[in-house]
Amino acid sequence: MSLSETDIQAIWLTLRLASVTTLLLLLVGTPLAWWLARTRSWLKQPVAAITALPLVLPPTVLGFYLLILLGPNGPVGSLMLDLGLDTLPFTFPGLVVASMIYSLPFMVQPLQNAFSAIGDRPLEVAATLRASALDRFLTVVIPLARPGFLTGIVLAFAHTVGEFGVILMIGGNIPGETHVLSVAIYDHVEALDYRNAHMLSAGLLAFSFLVILLLNLVNKRTHQGLGQ
Amino acid sequence: MNYLVVVALVCISQVAWAGSVTVAVAANFVTPARQIAEAFQQNSEHTVVISSGSTGKLFAQIEHGAPFDLFLAADSQRPRLLEQNGKAVSGSRFTYALGKIVLWSPRPGYVDEHGDILKKGSFKRLALASPRLAPYGLAAQQVMKKLGVWVGLQGRLVQGENIAQAFQFVISGNASLGFVALAQIRAAGSPGSVWQIPGELYQPIRQQAVLLQRGKNSAAANTFFHYLQSGEAREIIRNMGYEVVASGDQSHVAE
Repeated sequence: MSLSETDIQAIWLTLRLASVTTLLLLLVGTPLAWWLARTRSWLKQPVAAITALPLVLPPTVLGFYLLILLGPNGPVGSLMLDLGLDTLPFTFPGLVVASMIYSLPFMVQPLQNAFSAIGDRPLEVAATLRASALDRFLTVVIPLARPGFLTGIVLAFAHTVGEFGVILMIGGNIPGETHVLSVAIYDHVEALDYRNAHMLSAGLLAFSFLVILLLNLVNKRTHQGLGQ
Repeated sequence: MNYLVVVALVCISQVAWAGSVTVAVAANFVTPARQIAEAFQQNSEHTVVISSGSTGKLFAQIEHGAPFDLFLAADSQRPRLLEQNGKAVSGSRFTYALGKIVLWSPRPGYVDEHGDILKKGSFKRLALASPRLAPYGLAAQQVMKKLGVWVGLQGRLVQGENIAQAFQFVISGNASLGFVALAQIRAAGSPGSVWQIPGELYQPIRQQAVLLQRGKNSAAANTFFHYLQSGEAREIIRNMGYEVVASGDQSHVAE
């Protein structure tokens, strides 16, 4: 019972992809979620709908459009070529971009719920104590929204680990670059190598179970009922 | 009165004879299979239901009791395994098509007639199907190995899960060129530039069919299985960009 070098490489690649994606989503998702939670603009509902799209869209649709959009004949791809950059499909940065889109709602929605639940009152109190906007965010919002952050981080990470359809469409199956865990399992099954497929699948099952268990335990302990 | 009896008898016999055959077809062969099924249904009361997927997936489904009567695979390995483990009727296996691969680019004049572009390597990405999963990918690997360019091109190869995906990588422009099936560019009617790869550069891609246990006693399954080997069916297969084994020459089946 030992994993092949390619499989170990796939596991590391998957963890790296999930970590980078989650970190970037935290940076992009926090202001977006904050805006969604506070704004009264008519744009709120359309933006919220776009954010939620990856929940409903089949990953193959996303992957298919990304392949066309990011390819050298697509608008984004040709722009990148004009700028002297490499196109994104079949590269690790390409997978990060795809994963960020794919896991966006899993980060934004728990955060948005957490931010909404805080309400105006704590922020107004902090403002009367002369806390600046940044100060209010760092010392009031973040601690109060902690369960939301935790839920967002864990879900975005786990969802990226399980990503398959999008990566299959734009990955090109390159070891160390785009050959992630879910694709490795798929390849093993297709090649009738059920032994290795079982090993990786069982590992992923255990991982998923632990993630959800942990999340539930932590959320129960904080008793906030925030997030999902 | 007699007339009515005849009509009734005909109706009953129709019910008794007309059946349906469910065929599991490798993804690359779906279009020809549909045409063959259409031609078959014109002269038969039986109906053909086609279920497509990759050979590996269909194989796994058949192993686990999927309700298929026939299996048209993209290789010979999977049908042979089914025969060995008793899921297929032994002795029924035959080669229904020989796949041909080509090196192709949608850009006219890009791929030369001798495949020299592989040695010059003036491209950024070359698409092929996964050699581990797809017979067409394995053939592409054999060609590159024979030409001595396999190692040198490693950094530029992108692999599709199957030959359809390799085709998609090329036609979307994400890869400048790729190894695809001749049948694909025929079906898509895509011009561009093509290197017709000589047969001695890769082992023949034998696409084999087997009669599965579920279809063994079905008249519909047996009739369609025989029709697949008819001149009419072979003509359709040839027109779609495959070669067929000379009638009665299935000697290689034992391989």
